[in-house]
Amino acid sequence: MDRRATWLLALLAAGLLPLATDALGQPYYLAFATRIAVFAIAALALDLVLGYGGLVSLGHAAFLGIGAYSVGIWSSHGVTSAAVHWATALAVGACYAAATGIVALRTTGVAFIMITLAFGQMLFFLAVSLKAYGGDDGMTLWQGARLGPLDLADDRTLYWVALAWLAAFLALGRRLVAARFGLVLRGAKSNERRMRALGFTPTRHRLAAYVLSGAMASIAGCLLAHATDFVSPSYMGWQRSGELVVMVVLGGLATLHGAIIGAAVLLALEEALAGLTVHWMLILGAVLVVVANVSRRGLLGLGATSRGPR
Amino acid sequence: MDTILILTQALNGLQLGVMLFLMAAGLTLVFGIMNLINLAHGALYMAGAYLAAAAYGWTGSFLAAVALAVAGTAALGAAIELAALRGLYRRDHLDQVLATFGLILFLNEAARLVWGPAALFVPVPAALAHTVAILPGVPYPAYRLAIIAVGVAVAGGLYLLIARTRLGMLIRAGASNRTMVAALGVDVGLLYTAVFALGAGLAALAGAMAAPILSVEPGMGEPILILTLVVIVVGGIGSIRGAFAGALLIGCVDTIGRAFLPSMLRAVLAPSASAAVGPALASMLIYLTMAVVLALRPRGLFAARTG
Repeated sequence: MDRRATWLLALLAAGLLPLATDALGQPYYLAFATRIAVFAIAALALDLVLGYGGLVSLGHAAFLGIGAYSVGIWSSHGVTSAAVHWATALAVGACYAAATGIVALRTTGVAFIMITLAFGQMLFFLAVSLKAYGGDDGMTLWQGARLGPLDLADDRTLYWVALAWLAAFLALGRRLVAARFGLVLRGAKSNERRMRALGFTPTRHRLAAYVLSGAMASIAGCLLAHATDFVSPSYMGWQRSGELVVMVVLGGLATLHGAIIGAAVLLALEEALAGLTVHWMLILGAVLVVVANVSRRGLLGLGATSRGPR
Repeated sequence: MDTILILTQALNGLQLGVMLFLMAAGLTLVFGIMNLINLAHGALYMAGAYLAAAAYGWTGSFLAAVALAVAGTAALGAAIELAALRGLYRRDHLDQVLATFGLILFLNEAARLVWGPAALFVPVPAALAHTVAILPGVPYPAYRLAIIAVGVAVAGGLYLLIARTRLGMLIRAGASNRTMVAALGVDVGLLYTAVFALGAGLAALAGAMAAPILSVEPGMGEPILILTLVVIVVGGIGSIRGAFAGALLIGCVDTIGRAFLPSMLRAVLAPSASAAVGPALASMLIYLTMAVVLALRPRGLFAARTG
């Protein structure tokens, strides 16, 4: 099956899904699909810096939090326009990414992992201390968001909106990594010194990728808040960041569509294991250890795995 | 009054600092020698606390509980290293993050499975359950002083171990050039397992000593793991000296910031504003400290040369 046919098939499946869940009388699975789309956006954003830039960010859940709190804080003041929510999330997410990126990008490798993790935790504690907006307990959003005539409280509308954002970001991401920008990013990942010798300043490109990625993930945070009608610091817990990394790695690094597959696989796996036993994390943890040890290129690479040093 | 408060808070900071050092020493050694980022280090801390709680139940002696917890967790660490991490040293940090993240989920859930989701409580040992007057009229819990003493003693012992013994020589050699050590005929696999077990034992010591002051529950390792990561980034990854300096700095900044920042802000800002900003800023203070240190010295205060 060639590539174009695969894309068309995926698009068709996504389009027919609401009809299928209606026919089966299982609206839950439509909400579940929305959830997958939301996390796919965040994972795709992470893949941009992690897969293409080689920057292991373990703090990307912070952007989910920024998006979710943009919705939450505006809503609690009676502003229900999704356009306002999204614009705020994009702006705040980009500014936060720029501020933390400038510091974090001074380091590389393990230190970068730890710093992004620490910055993520910093925002988490900030959210916990926001007593006016629910603090530790979070807050329920009583008013659904609206986008012009669209009511985002409606599951089906939200599904289409999330899907539209995902498609837009996927298209943007694919354009970007094929362009000169993406080439510089990948070049700096494989050999930074050579890129410098060629006259590029990779740090600038990395920062741009990090800011863009942060803004994209913030939109995912908005959609998460629209979907759950609830906002809490747990959205930006560092386990969430870990899950995003797992999604990207499971789906295969530096592929963009792999991030979508990874998000679907991880969420479906969690769902299936949770139905099986209360202690499903035991199994998931073991699966992750095995995947990390066995596969070198995620699920997409499982078939092509060969042993021996990389 | 104020000097008393400052002294007490400084001691609290010191106590948090030595705890963080016990954690950071193991983590930074494992990274320096094996080039492994072990996010599951906090889970080993939790294992230490749980084993101490369980052993206290069996033996009724706190000392025996701590000893059993350290030995048990060191064995657990060795087993984890052999079973799950051995193949990852030469691999991307990303694979290590994935595997050790999986280990965290696994160990947290295992603790919940064995001991249930509710928190366990361990009493402060009777011999230390009193207060000591550090200055006339200034009481301070003896148990916390004991933690500081143990932490400082362990730091000294670790220094002797690394500077004076054959194992320490191998550890130093391994940190500066792994390949050369292996070429000289040292069983590197055994060295790695030993170092990992040593780190696990130190984490367990911290966890077991923290058991009477904190509640023992699944996930208790993550907050201290994050603090430990901040410590070793500030101190310089791979450096024990850096871990010590970073741990004391972060311990004191965190404790003193939480104690005094809100009241200091009250002098500058309106009460309602300082009540809102104070706690938030206090909990962000260590991350801001880290940002400042990195802005000035990107490789940390005591950057180690790792090969």
